[in-house]
Amino acid sequence: MRFVVRRLVFFVITLWAAVTANFLIPRLMPGDPALAMMARYRGRVNPQALHSLEIAFGVNNHQGLVAAYFAYLGNILRGHFGVSLTFFPEQVSHEVFQALPWTIALVGVTTVLAFVFGTLIGLLGAWRRGGMLDSALPPIFVITSAFPYFWLALISIWLFAIKLDWFPASGGYDVTTKEGWTWAFASDAVRHSILPALTILLTSIGAWILTMRNNTISVLSEDYVRMARAKGLSPWRVMWTYAGRNAILPNLTGFAMSLGFVVSGAILVEFVYNYPGVGWMFLQSVENQDYALMQALFLMIIICVLTAILIADAATAILDPRTRDSR
Amino acid sequence: MSAVTATIRQVRPRPGFGALRAVLGNRKALVGSVLLALFVVLAAVPGWIAPYDPTAEIFQPALGPSSQHYFGTTAYGQDVYSQLVWGTRQSLLIAFAVGGLATVLAVLIGVSAAYLGGLSDGVLSLVTDVILVIPIFPLVIVLAAYEKNAGFTTLVVVLGAFGWSYGARQLRSQTLSMRNRDFLQAARVRGERKLYVIVYEILPTMTSLIVATFLGAALYAVLTAAGLQFVGLGDPNSLSWGTMLYWAENNEALGAGMVWWAIMPGVCVALLGAAFALLNYAFDEVSNPALRKPRKVTRG
Amino acid sequence: MAERLLEVRGLRVAYASDRGPVIPVENVDLDLDRGEFLAIVGESGCGKSTLLYAIARLLGPPNAGEIIGGSIVFRGQEMATLDEQQLRHIRWRELSVVMQSAMNALNPVLSIGSQLEDACRAHSTMGKREIAQRSQDVLRLVGIDPIHLRSYPHQLSGGMRQRAMIAMALLFTPDLVIMDEPTSALDVVAQRSLMKQIRELQDRLGFAVIFVTHDMSLVSHFSDRLVVMYAGEIVEVASTRQCFDNPLHPYTQGLLDAFPSIHGPKRRLLGIPGAPPDLVRLPAGCRFAPRCPQRSDRCETPPPVVDVDGDVVRCVLYDRAGVAV
Repeated sequence: MRFVVRRLVFFVITLWAAVTANFLIPRLMPGDPALAMMARYRGRVNPQALHSLEIAFGVNNHQGLVAAYFAYLGNILRGHFGVSLTFFPEQVSHEVFQALPWTIALVGVTTVLAFVFGTLIGLLGAWRRGGMLDSALPPIFVITSAFPYFWLALISIWLFAIKLDWFPASGGYDVTTKEGWTWAFASDAVRHSILPALTILLTSIGAWILTMRNNTISVLSEDYVRMARAKGLSPWRVMWTYAGRNAILPNLTGFAMSLGFVVSGAILVEFVYNYPGVGWMFLQSVENQDYALMQALFLMIIICVLTAILIADAATAILDPRTRDSR
Repeated sequence: MSAVTATIRQVRPRPGFGALRAVLGNRKALVGSVLLALFVVLAAVPGWIAPYDPTAEIFQPALGPSSQHYFGTTAYGQDVYSQLVWGTRQSLLIAFAVGGLATVLAVLIGVSAAYLGGLSDGVLSLVTDVILVIPIFPLVIVLAAYEKNAGFTTLVVVLGAFGWSYGARQLRSQTLSMRNRDFLQAARVRGERKLYVIVYEILPTMTSLIVATFLGAALYAVLTAAGLQFVGLGDPNSLSWGTMLYWAENNEALGAGMVWWAIMPGVCVALLGAAFALLNYAFDEVSNPALRKPRKVTRG
Repeated sequence: MAERLLEVRGLRVAYASDRGPVIPVENVDLDLDRGEFLAIVGESGCGKSTLLYAIARLLGPPNAGEIIGGSIVFRGQEMATLDEQQLRHIRWRELSVVMQSAMNALNPVLSIGSQLEDACRAHSTMGKREIAQRSQDVLRLVGIDPIHLRSYPHQLSGGMRQRAMIAMALLFTPDLVIMDEPTSALDVVAQRSLMKQIRELQDRLGFAVIFVTHDMSLVSHFSDRLVVMYAGEIVEVASTRQCFDNPLHPYTQGLLDAFPSIHGPKRRLLGIPGAPPDLVRLPAGCRFAPRCPQRSDRCETPPPVVDVDGDVVRCVLYDRAGVAV
């Protein structure tokens, strides 16, 4: 229980840091973009849009910095991000929640799949040391894990979408299909997500395979694995409950730390495929200088990362009784 | 863009020539080193290798590969091969600059946190964890958004200033596990000062970890910088692989038949990244003998 | 009526190292009777643990050795050539293992109860309730409250963990329990108490013990026979009493000289000068000769193994008739 509470506190602190960063960055950059922006847009942009910018920057000419900060915090906590410039006149929060399901579906699912399959392959490879899995694959995956996501995405588009025409080249769905919970729409959406999913899967699985393999090899030389053999347990049980359950623990911790890479990759993949998720929208907002939307999406990205970390932590607590009692 | 490196490392308190020999004997390390050396040469003397001025728009645009243009020309009539060669410099510079900065910070913060302990450790660890969790790429995008375009210095500073957290964590836990080792006690009993102990006794045993941190940071810098330039947030007038990809994408190079222009910069990024990744992996094997190929006993 | 339980003949183990093949166990002969307590003593690196695990067919993971010769006959069955499937029938039911550090030998993510349970399930068709009953019985046997079936290894004290390991080893009351320095992770008082407990259990349940240690004085009151190993070879086998009263091999004499009696007269503490040989570069003759105070020219050929009044010694100082020369 103490463990969970500690993690939640950490969650809140990190979120606070991100919000504060959002507030401070435009003010700290040379040339004070906040004020410059306001000055440039005043009189030329819809007052609603202007108001969003004010909220985004926490600008209010009658307040000092500290008061502005607290007003900003207040707005964030109430979900008031203002109106989006890019998707005028929709609310920023509305747009964010439009994009979210697409990203969770694509990135969430593929990350989990990459983790699960990567871990399994790594475990099996290490278990059969010297086998094909163990000697041929690691160097290959070392190299593939260094591929830039977006480059692989470009190549897959060129190969599978343009040359072979197996899959659609972009978008989350065909614009001619009606949106909604219909079978036609759903299957269309899935078709559009296969290429981006494969891209993310292929690039990220390498790291999981390698770390799980290395962890398993270390664990295999531990006394308790030898003890399990001495007890005459079935090889399956030894591999699974004795080696696997212990080897996966550092991987789970590593999962949290690698999310940064996953996020960057996801943003770029969505960009290349024009996939309407959080990452794509994030870059759109930057291009359109829609700062209100950009900040909100930045926060959403962080919330997603933190949630994923909490889930990984929960899994660790379940699998490893030592964390439940710890410090 | 994933570059998670092994999280279990063994420490061998015997750095130096033994390690160097082992690295050179390892096939992965050899390949990685050769690749890296190749790129270093390209970055050092591009003028000698590239046949043409990379920015000169003097050729016929959209040419295919030929003996005069190994990878054809761009939509603006520039030689792709020359651009690739000249672009190496930027990528390597970012890799080494960020790698160096991040490593120095990681060592300072990680080792100090572990050595100082108590409240200082608590604070430093919290900061490390928070920074670790915040994804750098979106943060860099935000900064680039406000700055109009991310120049080289900004990139290096930001990537370095945020890329140390993973290494710091590992160094900290390694230092913690060593705090009570005998040779450190001996140093303390001899009356050596804290700084001496840190620099001369602890650091040498963590060379493999430090090298790994450097390689990891270099890899991630190359990938992040390329990604940033690709989406147009870098300096579009600079000469680097990422900007090449940006311009290629802008001109629909893939669809328009200028395939090499669109693919080759990515290949270079991938190769450089692979070099770092291979070296990193090889270092893991060197520092943890259990990871090496199992040996068969010869019946005698 | 003592019955032969284990007969080891000519056992050789080798493993591959960076510098060439290494033979940590060379030509070992060993006998063990039912219910006997046999101690194997020697310096670190003499091969005693390797010998132990070789007998239990537990060498590995890769690089940690394989048996390259010899035979191990356990309960009349040749074990050296059995494969894993066949070995599994013997494991734990007839032969169990207690390792040095319970903290490392117990799976940290499973409760004690689960670890007892999976051994039960692997070798019998006991139902859930029977398993629970047996687990409780076996914990009580070593003096642990059965409530700890739900505990995890890190929640128990060091002594309790070791005893839990012993309890686990006795689940099927095997004929042979091999122990690899099970007390070295404990303090002196706990060591003694654990030894006494092992001996009591042995008297009660009748299993044989092979006990590996570097501490001769520890086993002096508990073992029936003593095997002394040096550099991969057995140099002396004797009953414990004989060994302490009249050590034959110079190495054994040196070991005993290093443990002065607390009651006897004050005398100089003697160690054995030098260090054990590098197993890759062994001397041609007797392996102990470089450090032996009684060495001579005859030691340049491998010394014979001689039977002296029922004790076995590998030294040129004793001729084939068993007489000291």
